[in-house]
Amino acid sequence: MRIILHVWRQRKGSEPGRLVRYEIPDVNPHMSFLEMLDVLNEELTAKGEDPIAFDHDCREGICGMCGFMVNGRAHGPEPRTTVCQLHMRHFHDGDELWLEPWRARAFPLIRDLVVDRCAFDRIIAAGGYISTRAGSAPEANSILVAKEAAEASMDAAACIGCGACVAQCPNAAAALFTAAKISQLGLLPQGQPERWARVRKMVAQCAREGFGSCTNIAECEAVCPKSIKLETIARMNRDYLAALWKHREVSAAAGAG
Amino acid sequence: MQLDSKCPSGPIETRWERHKFNLKLVNPANKRKYSIIVVGSGLAGGSASATLAELGYNVECYCYQDSPRRAHSIAAQGGINAGKNYQNDGDSIYRLFYDTVKGGDFRARESNVHRLAETSVDIIDHCVAQGIPFAREYGGTLANRSFGGAQVSRTFYARGQTGQQLLLGAYQAMQRQIAAGQLTMFPRHEMLELVLINGRARGIVTRNLITGAIESHAADAVVLATGGYGNCFYLSTMAKGANATAIWRAHRKGALFANPCFTQIHPTCIPVSGEYQSKLTLMSESLRNDGRIWAPLKPGDKRAPNDIPEAERDYYLERRYPAFGNLAPRDISSRAAKAVCDEGRGVGETGLGVYLDFRDAIQRLGAAVIAERYGNLFEMYERLTGEDAYKAPMRIYPAIHYTMGGLWVDYNLMSTIPGLYVIGEANFSDHGANRLGASALMQGLADGYFVIPYTIGDYLASTKFEKVSTGQAEFREVEGAVTGQIKRLLAARGKRTVDSFHRELGKLLWENCGMARNAAGLESALKKIPELREQYWGSVNVLGSNEEFNQALERAGRVADYFELAELICRDALMRDESCGGHFRDEHQTEDGEALRNDAEYAHVAAWEFTGVGSKPVLHKEPLNFEYVKPAVRSYK
Repeated sequence: MRIILHVWRQRKGSEPGRLVRYEIPDVNPHMSFLEMLDVLNEELTAKGEDPIAFDHDCREGICGMCGFMVNGRAHGPEPRTTVCQLHMRHFHDGDELWLEPWRARAFPLIRDLVVDRCAFDRIIAAGGYISTRAGSAPEANSILVAKEAAEASMDAAACIGCGACVAQCPNAAAALFTAAKISQLGLLPQGQPERWARVRKMVAQCAREGFGSCTNIAECEAVCPKSIKLETIARMNRDYLAALWKHREVSAAAGAG
Repeated sequence: MQLDSKCPSGPIETRWERHKFNLKLVNPANKRKYSIIVVGSGLAGGSASATLAELGYNVECYCYQDSPRRAHSIAAQGGINAGKNYQNDGDSIYRLFYDTVKGGDFRARESNVHRLAETSVDIIDHCVAQGIPFAREYGGTLANRSFGGAQVSRTFYARGQTGQQLLLGAYQAMQRQIAAGQLTMFPRHEMLELVLINGRARGIVTRNLITGAIESHAADAVVLATGGYGNCFYLSTMAKGANATAIWRAHRKGALFANPCFTQIHPTCIPVSGEYQSKLTLMSESLRNDGRIWAPLKPGDKRAPNDIPEAERDYYLERRYPAFGNLAPRDISSRAAKAVCDEGRGVGETGLGVYLDFRDAIQRLGAAVIAERYGNLFEMYERLTGEDAYKAPMRIYPAIHYTMGGLWVDYNLMSTIPGLYVIGEANFSDHGANRLGASALMQGLADGYFVIPYTIGDYLASTKFEKVSTGQAEFREVEGAVTGQIKRLLAARGKRTVDSFHRELGKLLWENCGMARNAAGLESALKKIPELREQYWGSVNVLGSNEEFNQALERAGRVADYFELAELICRDALMRDESCGGHFRDEHQTEDGEALRNDAEYAHVAAWEFTGVGSKPVLHKEPLNFEYVKPAVRSYK
């Protein structure tokens, strides 16, 4: 089948970019979207034109490295599917597709469809963990976790950190990403000691990175390839409010010995 | 060179405990005076970085991805083994040790494997404390599932995303140390060379993948945790970026490479659909619990699967291995599928595939039960192939999945280069000739959380370090070599792309050193690979410059190393004139096609020393002694 692409080309963040039209006459419907780009890149290279840069790694929909907009939708039209697992059989002969990078101030552009998502790492560094030293853990079954809590925690933990939620959000908010981690840890007994400090620090980091605020538009939930639910954001907001009056900074006491 | 494994002697149950006591310690106040470089951020590298930083060392971690959370450990589906005996079904640390030595077809060190089994229980404790959402029973205790090669239920899991959850646990532990200032992360940095000073590993040279800058980094010790080399075969279940450059470059600098021909082929992957195919996708082995594997009885039978009557189907695993049936181990199931396709009975457009059929299970249990057990996998299959596995059988075919071989390390996980440690899949240590399911995650985390934090301290405490700076001659020289190679790749400006060479090399390797190998095939590959390598350097086409984000250039360097590694894989396979685990030599099989091991001549680790490109490597042997698990024929009949 014949596919027409308009791909955002930009050598680096400091240079201007533009959409460039490519026509691919013989796309095999069994190809994945990224394999179609591989084939196009092989042809561009043969012609001496720079191949299109795009991030990808596992190509199994789990590493979260790939992602770009296809006709204004993060990861393209199929629900619960990252662009690496999107197959061309879902498109039609003659389709015209516009490919653009994630656009958000907190995700600076590197090249073409590649952006820098290190802001996500810094949000986790702000508190998205449970402080425990290797070797200090109690016997695993001494911590009981209700099956319902474990399942709900796992639902939130499925986030792959791809950034689709930010890209789709008109505010470029990182609420769904941040809330997913807060929910995963907050639903487990192990996550309770740091629960209130965690939500305050992570939410503060979101703002510091230049992500927008959540206004409950829910576009993030609609495009999330891992079906992270909007209710995680409700949980984050509830915890944040509670944390405002519950949380007190612990002052380090000097050694007494 | 005399290989000293440094394995402790005495009762196996207390070897690690005694060894730990004998290791020198670095006192808490002195730890901050030492710096450690970790390359790779998967389960092994991530857990090592976090734990070493936690102890107080200054740690730098490098990865080629945009974030340490992307490492390919994330794609592991099934689970992680631990000898907890929570099911009260007769499991123990000793049984896990026994199963792993046997599963590895008696080509692993007993001391290492026992340590692995011992630490397995600590891993589960630690990961639970980190907040990994493992599956639970209604009473709140941890749940287990069964896996191939074991008769007990000892696999812990988080749905079909166990690797993801464990990796994110390690990643979060890393982020905590980054916030604490103990760990510095360098994402989108690829290690291109190791730097030795006075014979010790003292640093690395990296390329910043965004700007192209070639940079030197110095440290007191270097830890490689860069995973396996399966992408040498081009098509594999590995991530596209996963590569062998770090370990290969260390090998060229003097680290011996052990058992490169021990590669694991996973039986249940989605078959190749065309030339454009970029990678293979694995379907969890758990599907074989309820799916029945078959192929048409008649060669060339092109009927749709549901039109083939029962009498004309060959359930070949059930026929050949009645005791284990569809749950025969990975190496055996893979070879059986190949045999069927070689007879012309393969299915699908390419003829390289067999059926995995849920018809009977759906009739017996109902579609709802099957959906509950495997719904996400059926959905994934449909996403990739467009076919509904509730209505017609899945098509599957084996694919390269894991590499048991890797850089040789001693019991302390140190390579033959002082100060260079190798952990996780990148080393060769624990799985012998075949890895059991759910053991890769276990090994990566054991090495990172619980082994290297002890053993590296011994090296640091007992070594006198001279001050080094990245400005000195040794670093400059290596930077020059790295820059020279990049210039050479960019200057070729030939007619063929990097990928076209890689695909050709992979095909050559798969055909001659894949599921079954023989002397004639290996010899022909050993002739063709150097020829292809010559062509590569002369006619590869890499556009653009070094000083930019250039993905083709990244791949070009990796493929250059695959050519040399592919040759070593074939050479090792040719030398190992026996069949064992994932290494099957056509010449060595029983009458009914089972692998024939040769313990008298090959019960050793083959560790290869690099002597130059195109020059024959030197073989060093580390004999393997089995004091506890006596070598026997693996039978699954």
